[in-house]
Formats: sequence, structure tokens, C-alpha cells
Amino acid sequence: MAGQLTLSPAFCRDCAASQPPASAKRCTVCGSPRLISHPELTSLSIAHIDCDAFYASIEKRDDPSLRDRPLIIGGGHRGVVSTACYIARINGVHSAMPMFKALKACPSAVVLPPDMEKYVAVGRQVRALMQAITPLVEPISIDEAFLDLTGTERLHDGAPAQTLLRLALRIESEIGVTVSVGLSHNKFLAKLASDENKPRGFTPIGRAETAAHLDVLPTHKIWGVGKALHRRLLADGIVTIGQLRHYSEANLTKRYGSIGRRLYHFSRGQDDRRVTPTHAAKNVSTETTFNDDVSDLAELERRLWRLCERLSKRLKQKDLAGRTVTLKLKTSTFRGITRSHSLPHPTQLAETLYREGRQLLREPVDGTPFRLLGIGVSQLHPADDADPLDLADPGAAHRKKVEAAIDAVRARLGNDAIGKGRSL
Amino acid sequence: MKLTIERATLLKALAHVQSVVERRNTIPILANVLLEAGDGTLGLTATDMDLAIVERVSAQTDSGGATTAPAHTLYDIARKLPDGAEVQLETDAAAGKLTIKAGRSRFALSCLPTEDFPVMGSGDMPIHFTFAADELRGLIDRTRFAISTEETRYYLNGIYLHAAGEDGAKCLRAVATDGHRLARVEVPLPDGAAEMPGVIVPRKTINELHKLLEDSVDSVEVELSETRIRFAFDNVQVTSKLIDGTFPDYEVVIPSGNDKILEVDCASFGEAVDRVSTISSEKSRAIKLTLGNGNLTLSATSPENGTATEELEVGYTESSLEIGFNSRYLLDIVQQIEGGEAQFLMSDAASPTIVRDVADDRALYVLMPMRV
Repeated sequence: MAGQLTLSPAFCRDCAASQPPASAKRCTVCGSPRLISHPELTSLSIAHIDCDAFYASIEKRDDPSLRDRPLIIGGGHRGVVSTACYIARINGVHSAMPMFKALKACPSAVVLPPDMEKYVAVGRQVRALMQAITPLVEPISIDEAFLDLTGTERLHDGAPAQTLLRLALRIESEIGVTVSVGLSHNKFLAKLASDENKPRGFTPIGRAETAAHLDVLPTHKIWGVGKALHRRLLADGIVTIGQLRHYSEANLTKRYGSIGRRLYHFSRGQDDRRVTPTHAAKNVSTETTFNDDVSDLAELERRLWRLCERLSKRLKQKDLAGRTVTLKLKTSTFRGITRSHSLPHPTQLAETLYREGRQLLREPVDGTPFRLLGIGVSQLHPADDADPLDLADPGAAHRKKVEAAIDAVRARLGNDAIGKGRSL
Repeated sequence: MKLTIERATLLKALAHVQSVVERRNTIPILANVLLEAGDGTLGLTATDMDLAIVERVSAQTDSGGATTAPAHTLYDIARKLPDGAEVQLETDAAAGKLTIKAGRSRFALSCLPTEDFPVMGSGDMPIHFTFAADELRGLIDRTRFAISTEETRYYLNGIYLHAAGEDGAKCLRAVATDGHRLARVEVPLPDGAAEMPGVIVPRKTINELHKLLEDSVDSVEVELSETRIRFAFDNVQVTSKLIDGTFPDYEVVIPSGNDKILEVDCASFGEAVDRVSTISSEKSRAIKLTLGNGNLTLSATSPENGTATEELEVGYTESSLEIGFNSRYLLDIVQQIEGGEAQFLMSDAASPTIVRDVADDRALYVLMPMRV
């Protein structure tokens, strides 16, 4: 019996060329063995693009002598790993690992402090290339984004898969970093896919194999399932995403709260969130990890003031102001503490941030040694709404003027030209 | 305790005291009203621990005594009894019940022991003075709209009452602000008030006083210390804790050099503001005032709703000015002005504006402009 053999469309990962049906094992154009073939390849259009070991890749690009050495980007001897290159990862280093552990695992690693300004600039270049193929780019962080390429076939003369391959190659050749692409029919699956064949991956997940694909994955692969929920699910005997499908939506919601809905739908590969291009920042914050633990209130206040100045500077640069101030602390035993408070008006003044932050610091500071201090604002407003004259706060206008004067001096003579006594 | 009381008398007294009782109480006794009978009167007391209202009404007391019963339930019962009914209240100490009989209705309510009812300590209140009720009413009515509801600046959640002014023109001043607007009203200083400390009377107390000070009241006795204030009039006594905080130095924010003067007729101005603000966005309620030679144009735009403008002939001869306000705040202030003519003293679009009652120089309002 002659079976109806449908041939899957295929593209080359290394030159993006479309492959003829029933093609050989290598690209007919460039000869590369990396062919991406999938029955639904030309009908999937939601992508997640993630740069591979972004910070490390940029440093290796800029200093070729680092190319073949394990490289860790992270701060100070007390800091943590922000990014480890793939060579370091082979040795067991991963991001968010404390630096001393990372160096124990990989003593030969080169450690570089992060150069955020450079990474942000490169991140913008990558984003610009993404935006050149579709306006529907939803950045999630500096180095990853969702793209919706639905309906772009005629514009780009090719299926979304091919357009994405061309984009990946363009990022590689023009910017010099590699990306991994996940392609599917919704955001949840696209993100899952991009993670599967890193680095330089290109993974489609089609509608037909969605269920089979999810069946065996652990539940923490679902966006929103953190450590705590994962533990609860395990305790309830639910190990894989497939197992979640045995329960009704009502049952899951009853047991796990509102996230139950997501568990129900995501376990079926259903995700109706759209790719929305403008995801303005929801908060602005800054933090510092101390070289040595600090428990003294006066010392914490001094550090807090510096952070407030930095946060204020960022807000002023971005023309933003925040209404809710959040203080973040981490104890020497890695216990996180946050305290927040809302102001009557949005602010971008270091002085106001400091006043609030200091109040928030009062209660948690009780002699406990802390390793990290941070402050941030949320409920962002445009700077025009910031720090209005307040009839109930006669000193506010004065504080605003003082800060404007300090900013003006600093703009001309540099950051260290003038400062408040408390920073000493 | 056994007594008979007219339904109307009971209802009015309960109406007065029950509003102090919070709808949700974690402490059961605070949901109750304390009833004390004796010598031909019934005393009713309700408290939330910060504020206590005691009212004495006449009743036919057959036997004295005291109990506490759920305030809202008792009030609802009194409200639903027929007009003109004679109500009999009687305690059954053994069963711990209060029975209420009127006509053919009979209720039995669970009581809590009177010993548990918190008595608000009054302490020593060294300052005494007497107010004409009209003046107290004027102070409260014209400032309470500006009281802040923002909990973080708790010291703004009341009216700041203090003695002010120079020798010849000493006055008692009431000030309230929420940061956006400020109201300052004065009355001549009553005898005995010169030594009073500045006190912040909480919003709830102010609102209760506003309800209790009916037209029939002539004068109000005030007693106060640094922490407590008591108002006594007719058969009512209101005792309240004061807000323990420092009221901001409001004088600093009242501008002195505002030279652009606009005079409006409050009625037509208020109506115009109300009409134009229909378009303002729900959130900002912003309205723009454009002032030119003898002419005021009110306008509002909203991306969702559209636009509105209205012109008014006004007394204005200064250079032209555009300034924005929250329309609700404008209306709040205009409503306080009884004389009919309001005077706006402005400087520029970013500085506070003063509003005055042309006919009454004892009231002054400050309003922050908004960007429009």
C-alpha cells in the first residue's frame, strides 16, 4: 500500500535557504548539515528570541583572546554570576550562582565585571534588527523578546520561519552575538522552544505535537510556577505538565488559586496572551551587594543615600517618577525582605526617596547582618507629575530647589563636584 | 432597669450615638450602646475608643439600672416601630437580655455587661470656653471639605484648631488641607481660649459634630487638653481624642504677592464649571481657565470625551493668564462662599491661588493649580 508521504518544509539554519522537497541531508545551497524541518514549519508565527550567554558573548566578541576560555560576568568577590559563557557552563557554573562557588567549580575562569552600558547598547541594536522585520516585538529583558510574524509572508517573501532564520543570521553577522529561536503558535510554547536547543538553536513546536511535547516536561517549565508552587505540585504527586491535564480547571483553581487557570490552559498548550509591543517599565530600582555584611543602621543609611541618588539620577534621565517606594534587603543568610510605601505624589527626588527609604529601613534593621540593600520605585508617572507643590509640605519646594541646584552643578562639574554631607 | 420612652425621642438619640459605632467591630462590646436609666432620664453612650458620644433624654423610669445592647439593632428596631409608639425597655438580668416592647411587638436582645463597656478617660481638661453654635458650625462647615483622607499623613486627617492673630484681632482659627487645597477660617477668639494649645480634631469627630449641631443649638461648651477635646451642648456630650501629630506650618504656603485678581459670581461660575467639567477625564477632573480682558473662558478636553468651553463675563483687568484646576476642588470652594462673590488672587499657572469670599474676610482658601 503506497502511503501518502507528505514532505515537511525545511530551511537551512546556516543560510536560511529554503530546501527542495525530499532533499538530501545537507543544504542544497551552502552544504550545511543543520536543516530545520517540521510539518508545520511554514504555519507557525509566534517566536521567542533569546541571545545566547549575552553578556559573555559580547565580551568574547570584543576580546577574541577570551574566545576559548571560560568566562564569567559578575561583580565583586561577594557578587553573583550574571552570565557564564558556555565553556564555564560545562564546568557547572550557572547564572545567579554565588561567585565563590562558581570559582570553585571553574577555577580557570576569567571573571569580568559587567559593563551594563555596553550590554544595553548592544541589546538595543539587537532589538532594532527585530523591529525591522515586525513592529510586534515585545521585549522581556535586555536580550530576549517575543515576536509576532503573523501575516508577514508576502512582505518578507517567505514563511515566518525563514524570516526568523534570516534575522538570526543577520544578528550574528552584524552584531556578532548568536541567538536561539523558539517558534510556535503561542508565547508560552515559543519561550519553551527557544530554551531547548541553546546555543544557536532553532526549535519549532507545532500544534500536532504540542501535547506530546508538554507531557514529559516538569511543571516548573510553566511560566509562573516558582519554587514554592513546584514543591506543592510535587507534594501533590504532580511531576509533569501532562499530569496536570487530569484535573479540571475548577479543581486546579480551588487547589492552587488563580494560577490554577494558567496551569489548566498552559498544560494544554493554550495561551491567548498577545505579543504586545510596548511594555513600558513598571519599576525602576537599584541595589548593591556589600563587600562585607552590614548591620549598623547609620551605615545602612549612608549606603541608602547613595542608592537613592543613583535611583533619582536614573528616574531623571528617563523622565519618570514613581509613587511607591520599595526597600529591599537581603540578610547574610540570603533571606529577602521587602518593605514598600506609597507617597501622596510621584517623586524623582533623591531626598524624598531617602526619607521614605529611611522610614522603611527602621523596622527590619535590628542588628541582623545584611548583604544586600536596594531601593526602587513603581507606579511610574511621567516626570511632569513629579513632586508638585504640596500645601501640606511647606519644605518640599525648598528640597526640590536644592536638588535641582546640586544636579546643575553636577551636570557642569561632574558627579563628585558637590554632594550632601550624609554621603561622606 | 425598666423604663418607658417615646419612640421619637429614642430614635433621635439612637440616631445620634449609633453613627459612632463602627459597622465592623473586632471588640464585641464596641458594637453596643450603653443604656443608663435613672431619675427620669435615659443616658445613651456609644464609643469607638477614640470618640464617645453621650446623650441624655427624658424617659419615664420605673427602676434605674444599666445595660449594653447592640447599637445598630436597637436603632433599626426603633426606626421600624410605628410613629407615636411608647417603647418599654426592660432588662432581664438573669437571662442577660434587654426586652423591648411597643404595641404588640416584642424583642429580646442579648446584652453584654456594663463593666466591659470602655469609659473614655477624660483626664484633666484645663481649657474651657464657650462658642456660639453658629460660629463652630461655620468653622466646621467651611473647612471640613479640605480634610485629607490620606492615611500616611495622619496629621492631616482632621481640622487644626488654634488661637492665632495679634493682640487687637485675636481669633480662633480652623485649618484643613490635603495638600491640594487648604481652607482657613477664623472666628473671634472666645474668652478662655487664648491659652489653648493647637489641636487637631479628627475627621470622624468633625463629621459627627456636623450632624449633631442642629439649628436649635445656641451655644457649645468646649473643654480641652493636649490630648482630648469635649464639646457639650443641649443634652449631648462629645468627647474625642485628638490627633497626636504636628500640623504643617501652613502659613508658609499661603502666598502673599498674588496680584492677578479675578472676581466671579459664585452661582454662575459654579454652574459653568460644573457644565464644562462634564468633559474632564474622570481621573484628573482638570478644567482650564483662560483669562483675558474682562473675559473668562472655561474649557476642558479629554481624549475620550471631546471638548467643552464656556465663556463668562468677569471682573478681570490684569494681563492674560491660563491656569488649570481640579474642577471638583473649585466647586468645593465655591460652595463654601456664602456671599455670592468670590475673589481669586493668582500669580501664575504653577503657583498657589488664593480664593476669598468678598463678603467675608474670615475665610480664606488656597488652591494648587494643575497642569492642563
